[in-house]
Amino acid sequence: MSGGEGRRAILVAVVSTAVFFTLVGLAITHAPGWPEVRRTFFDWGQFKGSLPEISHAFLLNVKIFCIAEVFILVFALLLAVIRSLPGPAALPLRLVGIAYADFFRGVPTILVIAMLGFGAPALRLHHIPLSTTFWGIVALVLVYTAYVSEVYRAGIESVHHSQTAAARSLGLTHWQALRTVVLPQAVRRVIPPLLNDFIGLQKDTALVGFLGSVEAFKQSQIDAAATFNYTSYVAAALLFVALTIPLARFTDWLVLRDRRRRQAVGA
Amino acid sequence: MRRWFALPLVAAVAFAAAGCGGSSNKSAGGTTTSGNSCAKADLNLVNAGQLTVGTDNPAYPPWFGGKEKSPWKVSDPRSGQGFESAVAYAVAGQLGFAKGDVKWVVVPFNTSFAPGPKKFDFDINEISYTPARAKVVDFSDSYYNVNQAIVVKKGTKIASAASVADLKPYKLGVQIGTTSYQYIKDHIKPSKQPAVYDTNDAAVAALKNGQTDALVVDLPTAFYVTAAQVPNSEILGQFPTSTTGEHFGMVFQKGNSLVRCVNQALAKLKSDGTLTQIQDKWLSKVGGAPVLK
Repeated sequence: MSGGEGRRAILVAVVSTAVFFTLVGLAITHAPGWPEVRRTFFDWGQFKGSLPEISHAFLLNVKIFCIAEVFILVFALLLAVIRSLPGPAALPLRLVGIAYADFFRGVPTILVIAMLGFGAPALRLHHIPLSTTFWGIVALVLVYTAYVSEVYRAGIESVHHSQTAAARSLGLTHWQALRTVVLPQAVRRVIPPLLNDFIGLQKDTALVGFLGSVEAFKQSQIDAAATFNYTSYVAAALLFVALTIPLARFTDWLVLRDRRRRQAVGA
Repeated sequence: MRRWFALPLVAAVAFAAAGCGGSSNKSAGGTTTSGNSCAKADLNLVNAGQLTVGTDNPAYPPWFGGKEKSPWKVSDPRSGQGFESAVAYAVAGQLGFAKGDVKWVVVPFNTSFAPGPKKFDFDINEISYTPARAKVVDFSDSYYNVNQAIVVKKGTKIASAASVADLKPYKLGVQIGTTSYQYIKDHIKPSKQPAVYDTNDAAVAALKNGQTDALVVDLPTAFYVTAAQVPNSEILGQFPTSTTGEHFGMVFQKGNSLVRCVNQALAKLKSDGTLTQIQDKWLSKVGGAPVLK
């Protein structure tokens, strides 16, 4: 009886899904502007022609992402620790930490990139790099440090206060307790949201193109502007998706592994 | 059982959407060509009775002139001053529009070729004709034959370059969508990836900061950049591109019957010498740059 109901539910799901997507597809392909959209967004010749250069430019996105990620992980942890410092003497540090996080979470990333990328080199200080990609990475690190420090902080605060109290009663200093008791638990708990922020970072590498660096989106814009055809945008979008999907699945896998391990310990 | 009801509902909604698309196809699809006449009343216009012209904001000299007036920055296309503004009003005059019937709208370069209905009758924004672009939009005939030029800061290393080959080792900057970029790729082939900016302002800022060694722009703009935007800069030279016959054209919705009438107007302005007069008035300084071989 219940087996029959299960089969019927599956059948309903399959039929309704098929009908839904067929109708949406029909609605789009019968829209008055569809031939124009197909010509300007889904031109196979354009796609094949622009993909090699866009793929090459995409390596710059990957490079920006990898470099920025390392610095963000370190700086954000520092910021989170500063914000969770106890005692009245640490108030100025905490205030600076709060102001930093508020500012860089409040200002649009593209503005930070524009101000740093065009502003910092204009100072004409010696030994200051002029590379646009360099300043793009600095801007991304500044912004994402603010976001990721909040993730870390949530992790730190999720570790019950009794753990710190127990560690301190065993004679550990504040730093020892933080390093050996609180942080290992905190970091493990926040790995999924951390990776979620990094998926965001992967996409935001495209903003560095604003400074003139030719990354994947900029390359696709160049192609679009040269031919007045947007198919290159679709090519760039597919490259970004191809990178973020594995990271998303990896996040799922980490969460699952962590749950299994904890269950094994519990048993 | 309840779930079964949802299915026809979804179907009905989707069919309605598809149906709407289908029915409007007949009225909106295909530009309605109202006869072959170029009389003002017969023109295919976005807004009846007025000529809607697009260009980017800020509007820079020497293409546009006059004092800046909101919403326009740097200058004002409505002034009739500057080369492209003067050409637009001359064309409008030929088509039978009074100055007050010409309306200007802001059209960033990147949106001038977006698919779908356009908010302008034509866009005049130093846009070069290429065969690939002409598959997507319609271009008017040439209203200006253009050469690309290179701007450098005086006293920098690149300022001593004497040929196109000498430019190879440098970081060049360019605005997106310009044929300057294609020229760099095809002819200079620099060892460093050129920096490509969304706007000319960003490309100019990068040259000022020393983030790029040189800026490749069309020659009339190069004169404005050296005169007003980058202190201590000079035009190193222009490129021998005139052989390829690069020219600016006004951009129209693909299939717009208005193109034919604008081309007639341009032909008249060329044959009676008006276009040359306008060019002499606003671009007179252009031409005095050495050609880099």
